Amino acid sequence: MKIKLLLAAFVLGTLFNFGFAQRGSDGTVTLLYWQAVSILNPYLSGGTKDIYGSSVVIEPLANYDENGVLTPKLAAEIPTLENGGVSEDLMSITWKLRDDIVWSDGTPFTSADVVFTGQYCMNDEAGCVGRNFFDDISSIEALDDHTVKISFSVPKPFPYAAFVSAQSPVLQKAQFENCLGLAAQECTEQNFGPIGTGPFVVADFRANDVVTYEANPNYREADKPAFQTVIIKGGGDAVSAARAVFQTGEADWAWNLQISPEIQAELESAGLGQFEVSYGTSVERILVNFTNPDPALGDDRSEYMDGNNPHPFLSDINVRKALSMAIDREALVEIGYGQLGTTTCNVLPAPPIYSSTANDDCLVQDIEGAKSLLEESGWVDSNGDGIREKDGMELRVLYQTSTNAVRQDFQAIIKEWWREIGVEAELRNIDAGTFFGNDPGSPDTYGKFYADLEMYTSSMSGLDPEPYMNNWTCAEISARANQWLGSNNNRYCNADYDALADQLAQTAVLEDRAAIIQQMNDILMQDYVMLPLVYRGDASARLNNLMGTRKGSWDSELWNIADWYREE
Amino acid sequence: MFQYLIRRVLIAIPTLVVISFIIFAVLDLAPGDPTGNLPLTIPPEVRELVRKSLGVDDPFVIKYLKWARQFFIYEPISIIEDATQIKLTGEAGFPRILSWQTRSPVSDLLWQRLPQTLWVVGLSYVFGILIAIPVGVVSAYRQYSIFDQIGTFISMLGFSVPTFFTGLLAILLFSVQLKWLPSIYDTTLVVKDWPSFVLQVKQMIMPVTVLAFFNAAQLSRFMRSSMLDNLSQDYVRTARSKGLVERIVVLGHVLRNSLIPVVTIIALGIPSIFTGAIITEQIFRVNGIGDLLIRGIYNSDIPLVQTITFIFAILIVLFNIVADAAYGFLDPRIRYN
Amino acid sequence: MSVVIAKPKKTSTDYRSQWLDTWKQFVKHKGAVVGMVMFFLIILLVVFGPMFYTISPAETNLRARNQLPSLEYPFGTDNLGRDLLAANLHGGRISLAVGVVAMLISLLVGTVVGLVSGFNSRLDGILMRITDLFFALPRLPLLLVIIMLYRDKLRAVFGPEAGIFLLIVLIIGLTSWMQTARVVRGDVLAIKEREFVTAASALGSQNNRILWLHILPNVLSPILVSATLGMATAIITESALSFLGLGFPSDVPTWGRILFEGKDYLTITPMRVVWPGLFISLVVLSVNFMGDGLRDALDPRLRSKG
Repeated sequence: MKIKLLLAAFVLGTLFNFGFAQRGSDGTVTLLYWQAVSILNPYLSGGTKDIYGSSVVIEPLANYDENGVLTPKLAAEIPTLENGGVSEDLMSITWKLRDDIVWSDGTPFTSADVVFTGQYCMNDEAGCVGRNFFDDISSIEALDDHTVKISFSVPKPFPYAAFVSAQSPVLQKAQFENCLGLAAQECTEQNFGPIGTGPFVVADFRANDVVTYEANPNYREADKPAFQTVIIKGGGDAVSAARAVFQTGEADWAWNLQISPEIQAELESAGLGQFEVSYGTSVERILVNFTNPDPALGDDRSEYMDGNNPHPFLSDINVRKALSMAIDREALVEIGYGQLGTTTCNVLPAPPIYSSTANDDCLVQDIEGAKSLLEESGWVDSNGDGIREKDGMELRVLYQTSTNAVRQDFQAIIKEWWREIGVEAELRNIDAGTFFGNDPGSPDTYGKFYADLEMYTSSMSGLDPEPYMNNWTCAEISARANQWLGSNNNRYCNADYDALADQLAQTAVLEDRAAIIQQMNDILMQDYVMLPLVYRGDASARLNNLMGTRKGSWDSELWNIADWYREE
Repeated sequence: MFQYLIRRVLIAIPTLVVISFIIFAVLDLAPGDPTGNLPLTIPPEVRELVRKSLGVDDPFVIKYLKWARQFFIYEPISIIEDATQIKLTGEAGFPRILSWQTRSPVSDLLWQRLPQTLWVVGLSYVFGILIAIPVGVVSAYRQYSIFDQIGTFISMLGFSVPTFFTGLLAILLFSVQLKWLPSIYDTTLVVKDWPSFVLQVKQMIMPVTVLAFFNAAQLSRFMRSSMLDNLSQDYVRTARSKGLVERIVVLGHVLRNSLIPVVTIIALGIPSIFTGAIITEQIFRVNGIGDLLIRGIYNSDIPLVQTITFIFAILIVLFNIVADAAYGFLDPRIRYN
Repeated sequence: MSVVIAKPKKTSTDYRSQWLDTWKQFVKHKGAVVGMVMFFLIILLVVFGPMFYTISPAETNLRARNQLPSLEYPFGTDNLGRDLLAANLHGGRISLAVGVVAMLISLLVGTVVGLVSGFNSRLDGILMRITDLFFALPRLPLLLVIIMLYRDKLRAVFGPEAGIFLLIVLIIGLTSWMQTARVVRGDVLAIKEREFVTAASALGSQNNRILWLHILPNVLSPILVSATLGMATAIITESALSFLGLGFPSDVPTWGRILFEGKDYLTITPMRVVWPGLFISLVVLSVNFMGDGLRDALDPRLRSKG
């Protein structure tokens, strides 16, 4: 009886072609990645485009969905404390793998592949970009063909890093066996055409140009993917990519569309497509330098020196606060981001359980308030040049950022607001490659921070805020001694904050962790260590008839491409 | 003649070695960082490992010698091996010049980009020549006529208005407003039947026209002045006074002689097919060699940029020699010793 | 002998009449005259324009963004409400300055190299080798690479505007002098054989004197023609660099930069692209026409015809 019903449904489905799509029945889907895909091995490239491009083919044990919820992919279930997958002492996690999965070449997927991938990335000669996903792992062992146990050298309250999300997928052992260590660089064939378990296989790869994928005949779900071919095409810029979706309909999807608001409006009016915006934790912020960057100090500029080199005026919280009060965040969003961003007063605005509401008064610009605050704390313009001073120290700041149209717009506008409150800003923009680079020979890196203020976007990786919040502990202060590789670019040091960080490392229960993280966020905000400006969304665009997309910012936006289809 | 060419080639070799050294030094002394474009979430220690695996921090001379050995010895051998399928060097082969960004051999990348560059830029060069010669001939023959005046003005316009301006206007008009032509160049398109041929033509029209116009403008000026030079020569008067038909005088004698310098100029311009189209490729999103180079520059992909730039230099030197040889071959008055 | 003594006296009037002749010839070339007038009009506009039109190109006005041309904003405004006329005027100053200075550098280097190698047969070989070497350098890629890699260094030393200005001008100038050098050398070699020079050196004139008095004036005409060409190329190169995002920083408007930043707004405020595009085209066009007229005027064969 059941079989008959199923058969009937199948016949109906093929007759009317709804619901029961067949593999490959929807033809080709074209995705525009204007920053073209360079390589299909995410372990050798941190580039988002490369991670996304490879996520169509190779898969992790689990993905984050659009809401940041962990969903199993190659794993049978998500290991937790409750189901015994995570040990009570937080020293190990045991993944149960699905036993029905084959690689696209027909061979079975087993725990040996997972163990091998761990070896591949943890080899320090390989230059593995995802190395930090494997931090503190003491061993990865296969308990049987479909069980993998990962042991840690320290307790891990949040053990979902290795093999979770598109940044850490499982490679096929048989294919990559000879690519360990230095050889990883020379395995071009493997890096350009990894064999995967995903819905598509690489048919043709032209680095920095175009990737063509065909449906994987061995994919685990017989009726998926709906598309026969996926093309990821590179080249051009964000605006021309968006035009190809909204105005000419040449492409079905376009990624990374940081476009100015007026062009957004114009594109949408063409009506062929719509924006898909998702929010992660990207916050455009101004960092305050707590040390003195005066060039006259020579090598000691912007060095913390155990607190003996404080900034001459930014160490005054009232100045920092006034700078923040003078900013109209709504206006910045409107000018620079439109619907692709929103306001925030937190450095950690998401996921919801971590986001604080204690700092929301920053949303209202208060020029007068900023003026009187400066006035009260002794910063007055006594010589009439429009710039406030105290003890002969004028409020002149050097405000640097990377070269980028929106950033320069922000600089120009913020400079005007600060001028109104009597602070003079000198603007500087530095080529992004140099600014975000770590060349110890260059004076212009964001790590050296030879300026009073600097602006950029940062976000946490993965879903556990702990490493991200640890960026502002005293131990992380960026300095000459650590080749400016520390992540505390503010050179901020606060014993209370460090104590909370220690406490966090020993807390396992999610709600307790969230409470501590909120406190840490509030300290950073109420001490005006950073001035958050815009909560940036990740914008893509899709053609109206492309359905099934579930874009999130927590994982590859193509994580569920197996479910994408075209509505007739 | 042959001896002369051999000598030219021998002189070219040290020149090229010096050039390769200059290019390498310029790139190496710069403060770029290949890990600079990685996401900020990647911690500095990992960046350090990545830099090490790429060999970024080797001393300058070692890096140069490594590169030179790869470029002058390993790459040619590897390319020959690939072409002939004969393994001269055992299973593993020699280490190739790897691009930092893609970890793949630079020569493979170049090879992939060559077709679209040759199609678009090469074709526009051919069209440019085909337009320029007749225009130049008529302009010179009817000097100061209306045709000449208009021709002169248009060709002046052609090489005065930058291609990035005309290109933008063309996209706005034909792709965005009229929707006649695609704004993306599809490099995977294979011409196998009539509709795909039409598509190929459609996607090539704009870049080819814009570039052909620019090329034709320059060449027609040369053609015109070369024709003018020859028209005032004594042999033309002699030919005419012999009673030859004007057609034969102009097309048979004058044109043939006027083409000699133009041919060398055409040969000299061939390397610019590869280098000069950087901007056009950017505007029309043709993912050719120019685009490869630009992206390499943006991403501090030093091995890639180094290799492409040096190949450009080789092409320039090579076609200089070709131009000289062509000149000697075409003009019987010139004999190289 | 008497002929030779009379020669130097005669040459000065010779030159004068020669220049007058050239000028007459030049004026006959309609395109050249129109080009010259246009060129000087644009120069006047960008040099004196900002003195009368005093709005700052950096001043933002968030209430007047993306305005089309109007009485208040003759050229319209950009997406930050900055006045485009002011930007184009200031941008023109920089673009033209780049053109002129780069051209002067290239002329100076080219002329010196050409004169020296034409005059001094010992240095000739090596100088011409170097010239060949520079010819073989792929210009645009090298320009892009150098600017991309070194702009921040120079910026740090000379400040944002001056640093990049120096870099661009030097690089354009130092990679485009070779044509001038060859032409000048060729002319020097030809003139050296002419009787008045051999006579002057037979009379014991110092080498320097011969150089300045006799040869330089005679090679001026090819130098002038290269000057026009060099300037046109420099302006186009600068705008192309800016167009690729590798020219001046975004807070310094140049025509190329304005065009580059306006291209995304082509459909909203088309004039944002059209104005700078028009300026670049007009300047290059007029300079090219001037060069064309100059070449015709200096060409003895054409002169006899016209």
